[in-house]
Amino acid sequence: MGIFSYFRSKKATAQVAKNRLQIIVAHERAQNSGYDFLPKLRQEILLVVQKYVHVELEHINVDVNRDGDCEVLEFNVTLPDSKS
Amino acid sequence: MGKIIVVTSGKGGVGKTTSSASLATGLARRGFQTAVLDFDVGLRNLDLIMGCERRVVYDFVNVIQGDATLNQALIRDKRVENLYILPASQTKDKEALHQDGVAKVLEELSSRFEFIICDSPAGIEHGALMAMHFADEAIVVTNPEVSSVRDSDRILGLLQSKTVKAKNGEVVKEHLLLTRYDPERVQRGDMLSVEDVQEILAIPLLGVIPESKAVLTASNSGEPVILDEVSDAGQAYDDAVSRLLGEDVPQRFIKPVKKGFFSRLLGG
Repeated sequence: MGIFSYFRSKKATAQVAKNRLQIIVAHERAQNSGYDFLPKLRQEILLVVQKYVHVELEHINVDVNRDGDCEVLEFNVTLPDSKS
Repeated sequence: MGKIIVVTSGKGGVGKTTSSASLATGLARRGFQTAVLDFDVGLRNLDLIMGCERRVVYDFVNVIQGDATLNQALIRDKRVENLYILPASQTKDKEALHQDGVAKVLEELSSRFEFIICDSPAGIEHGALMAMHFADEAIVVTNPEVSSVRDSDRILGLLQSKTVKAKNGEVVKEHLLLTRYDPERVQRGDMLSVEDVQEILAIPLLGVIPESKAVLTASNSGEPVILDEVSDAGQAYDDAVSRLLGEDVPQRFIKPVKKGFFSRLLGG
């Protein structure tokens, strides 16, 4: 840190890097959870749900979330508008 | 039974080979029978870093294909006792490093050696997966930089899903080795700190290797940098070897070196 750099206002970029990493890493961990069967599981759930309600594959979300030492397998099925 | 340790990173150029060479040399210097293996078929470099490139006759793939015995292919280090190098093939197809062949070579090695260091190629393709497949422990080499940290996280996911240990419901023991660390830039807020990287990757810290001119001069002359005992990087690797052996050694190179008044004034 020379005398000149005191006059230059510089933003600390390490914090920006850390924030960006935390977001992307959390996102990618959810996607690459190590369970190769997730896409197939999603397909099969679709078939079961379709017996009762008409939904598309995009309405079904399967995620693995880590909560401390615990892994949570989470399903989300968005049902279509009942009136349509 | 020897311990199989993979040195891996995902991203290229972060210091896997430099680290493999130095850690293996450090272990051998402490009296452990150590073998260091190059898994980078087609782009072998461990031989250059170890300074034995002119002594390569047979390689890893020759052993797998039965063209040479393990004894014929292993190169004995001339400086350090107990240290052997198994070079990668420069010509063969990458797929030649198939799982059964690698398993057989590692099995034979682990009956003779106490430590087997596997220098992984970059990427997450076949070679990298083979290097980690049979590992008991993993050293994840990371630079304090966004793309390297992200790739390391990806590798950590593979270590806990694609390896033999993972498939048997066990855990590959992970270590973080942070290389090319510049404490001054960290202090200025220009570089991710050790704590930042640890917070994101959440694995135990094996060591911090400072950015050092000694690394290039060491590779120029084919001497693992750990043998340069006066250099900061050499000492940092030696500390990392101690920690790998379970000793509790404080981190020495994570604070900026105190400068004199004039050099600070002039920004030197």
